[in-house]
Amino acid sequence: MTDRSKTTSISRRSLLKGAAGVAGLAGSGTLLSAPYVHAADAKVLRYLGTAVNEGDEISKKCLADTGIKIEYITATTDDVTKRVITQPNSFDVLDTEYFSLKKLVPSGNIFPLDARKIKEFDNITPVFTKGELPNGKKIGGQGTAPWKVLYLDGANSKTFSATPTEWVTLIPTVYNADTLGIRPDLIKRPINSWAELLNPEFKGKASILNIPSIGIMDAALVVEATGQYKYADKGNMTKAEIDLTMKVLTEAKKAGQFRAFWKDFNESVNLMASGETVIQSMWSPAVTKVRSMGIPCVFQPLKEGYRSWASGFCVSKAVGGSPKLDWAYEFVNWYLSGWAGAYLNRQGYYSAVLSTAKANMTEDEWGYWMEGKPAKNDIKAPDGTLMEKAGAVRDGGSYEDRMGNVVCWNAVMDENDYMVRKWNEFIAA
Amino acid sequence: MAVTIDNSPDTVAPAESTFRKLTQRSIAWLQAGPMMLVFALFFLLPLVLVVVVSAWDYNEYEMIPAFSFRGYTDTFEGCVANLPELCTILKTYLKTLKLCLLTWGLTLMIGFWVAYFLAFHVRSKTWQIVLSLLCTIPFWTSNVIRMIAWIPLLGRNGLVNQGLQGVGIVNKPIEWLLFSEFSVVLALVHLFTFFMVVPIFNSMIRIDKRLIEAAYDAGASGWQTLVNIVIPLSKPGIVIGSIFVITIVMGDFVTVGVMGGQQIASAGKIIESRLSALQFPAAAANAVILLGITIIIISALTRIVDVRKEL
Repeated sequence: MTDRSKTTSISRRSLLKGAAGVAGLAGSGTLLSAPYVHAADAKVLRYLGTAVNEGDEISKKCLADTGIKIEYITATTDDVTKRVITQPNSFDVLDTEYFSLKKLVPSGNIFPLDARKIKEFDNITPVFTKGELPNGKKIGGQGTAPWKVLYLDGANSKTFSATPTEWVTLIPTVYNADTLGIRPDLIKRPINSWAELLNPEFKGKASILNIPSIGIMDAALVVEATGQYKYADKGNMTKAEIDLTMKVLTEAKKAGQFRAFWKDFNESVNLMASGETVIQSMWSPAVTKVRSMGIPCVFQPLKEGYRSWASGFCVSKAVGGSPKLDWAYEFVNWYLSGWAGAYLNRQGYYSAVLSTAKANMTEDEWGYWMEGKPAKNDIKAPDGTLMEKAGAVRDGGSYEDRMGNVVCWNAVMDENDYMVRKWNEFIAA
Repeated sequence: MAVTIDNSPDTVAPAESTFRKLTQRSIAWLQAGPMMLVFALFFLLPLVLVVVVSAWDYNEYEMIPAFSFRGYTDTFEGCVANLPELCTILKTYLKTLKLCLLTWGLTLMIGFWVAYFLAFHVRSKTWQIVLSLLCTIPFWTSNVIRMIAWIPLLGRNGLVNQGLQGVGIVNKPIEWLLFSEFSVVLALVHLFTFFMVVPIFNSMIRIDKRLIEAAYDAGASGWQTLVNIVIPLSKPGIVIGSIFVITIVMGDFVTVGVMGGQQIASAGKIIESRLSALQFPAAAANAVILLGITIIIISALTRIVDVRKEL
């Protein structure tokens, strides 16, 4: 019965629309509309991204709040980029990092979102829009900083706009400040500089990540920390600078400095947890994971500052003009409305809209994660497991201390092709 | 009954015979057709595409269908200028060949004796089947899991090091057990010995046992029997097993990556990192080079033993 009433109402609607103006077509109009009804009942968005902010909790909550079903397609950062370029029809919503945009935007396969349709757009932290903290302090902008690639000239433009427009390449969602992870129990002394990564004291016990564009930035931070060279822009080196950086890395490798390189989250956790390495490039949740295994591990703030990354949402060009575009806006608006932001903050990341996330966290949680205050109660992970006991203070302190000390951002260099070749040489050395 | 289906040439008219020959030929083509189609569609066509793409130009985000040897020239960058020091690609291939050779030698030795044991020492058919099925048990889990299982064993604080230190043989952990060429070859041998066992066992099981009895009766020693009868008659199995192992190891980058701590270059790894950087033509060029080298090795092997004749 319900089915029939639905069909008739649709047929009436399509008649009103004039879609079936010719009487003879009325029947076929109904038939054509029917699949649309089913599609509208189940709002499904295929969500392509790295695993960083894909969580069952988020998709469940989203379905309950908006009726939109999120289907995750998980891939590594490299594979996400590859998929956008080669199969733009295989996803609807894209969650990727800002530095990928230098490859994605010229390909014409992504569709920017309209800032006017994003309710909280004006509340997005100025880290993204102006390159400064809410208190006005400027942030380091070397590399592919988000504000350099945030706007496009128009909806179909393939070039970035230097001034704000309504067309936003990626609506920011999550970001963090990266630094080295260390095993304090095995190092037994304070560590405060990037230079320690190549300190011969840790020979055979250090590691960096084998993602060339990020690994070389960490190496550049080490080179600067040891005073060998000062880069104009660590995220956009000249060929000579790439040669210099790779030479430093290669010498360290030949001297047996590195135990292994890692390429994904779990590898980095295993290296650190098993004690194969004691100092290495690491991601914040990986440090948390090691610590949750009962092994001491610190996401060590360093005096030279942090290397940062940020990611956000846009949609596939294939979505443009279909109802999926509206759902995508609905999804993004839901995402920025607070619940997801609080969820991300509790994992140690930062949410793009601070005010809505704050409203969804307790004062104690906000104090611990964002203000650098000692936790009054035990800090629990989103899944309810104990993360830190009462009294603990977050590594690196407050949001302002951490994001305020960012010196560079993950990047794709102009000389990327050359850099990848040099990286292969380094691996072969 | 036999007479009615007899189609010897002298019982049928000449015209009918040509017709019959033609239908037989077309039936043969029809029978081979599906396989040929699959082969052309899923093997030859992609291969041709790879070769074509390898001669295209590229930028950060797309392949440009314009003729360019950049993929190849970039690959061999610095090969002449840096002499006598070897360039990346040559170093990588030498390393890949070295790993391949070591793995091949070890899998052949182990595989041969396992097959020998199964074929000649296990008398009952049932036990032969049971034992060869036993060999397949490790293949019930994925490659990666079988590799990762080595890590807690060989690591700095792993079981082997703990054991050696506990007994007092060494006083500090041995570092080269993990993330080294040793661990790579160990894992490769562990993963691929089975690919030697099966074809060699298959060859050995067909050796007429009477030949061995005859050799024995004629006064040949065990060694002489092995060298003059068992090995020559197992050659096709040895060659087929070798082809399996060599082609897999030459293209492998996962095992070399995981067990080598991502620090050891391999031909497959170069292709992978080119793909990650979206440089498809360069990746294709490297794939063509790898294919060329593997074909040379395989054709040298088949030159030594004519597999088709021996089968």
